[in-house]
Amino acid sequence: MEALLLILTTMLTITQALVDQIVAHARQDHPDEACGVVAGPEGTGRPERFIPMLNAARSPTFYEFDSGDLLKLYRELDDRDEEPVVIYHSHTATEAYPSRTDISYANEPGAHYVLVSTADADDAGPFQFRSFRILEGEVTEEEVTVVETY
Amino acid sequence: MAIEVRIPTILRTYTDGQKAVEGGGETLADLFTDLETRHTGIQARIVDGGELRRFVNVYLNDEDVRFLDGINTKLTDGDNVTILPAVAGGMV
Repeated sequence: MEALLLILTTMLTITQALVDQIVAHARQDHPDEACGVVAGPEGTGRPERFIPMLNAARSPTFYEFDSGDLLKLYRELDDRDEEPVVIYHSHTATEAYPSRTDISYANEPGAHYVLVSTADADDAGPFQFRSFRILEGEVTEEEVTVVETY
Repeated sequence: MAIEVRIPTILRTYTDGQKAVEGGGETLADLFTDLETRHTGIQARIVDGGELRRFVNVYLNDEDVRFLDGINTKLTDGDNVTILPAVAGGMV
């Protein structure tokens, strides 16, 4: 556990292509919340593989990975020695900041929790793409550095 | 009776970092009571008021136990149990 905490960085570095994929997914599922994962090789903290997930709640105010899909996802990550580097979801009518619900169900201490707001979706204006650490109920916003390649 | 139990990252603080532990019991409820004897504190993270917590998923082999008998699901030697916290949230 200590080893895990040591490798936590306070910044998310992510490619433009992945940001575009996350935002496109959020816009596509609007007005429902969209959710998914970007997996990366264990221990690297580098988001690489975009995995959009189905929102089993199909709701504008709630998201939950389908329980069968969740098991399949974690088996696959395990088999490939990957971990969920980014866990993303959208807020469709509010800002991109973790809600009380987000905080109480945040169970991946090593993940970057990315929130995208699609509250602006009608006029396709500037949207919010923000990243947080959520650890034992504490929210820490972190800087997002968007790069072309790693 | 040996049941392999896969532990999610968030609960590995109770298992000295181990990804999987062994336990035993006739049912899932018994299994979590058994785990508690060696991994103090883990039971309360999975079970609340005698039921599985709403946002903790438990699978017997590949099946979500909510579609079986929940916490009363019977176990057989050699079964695999996987615990995974739900990935969930929302704006409210």
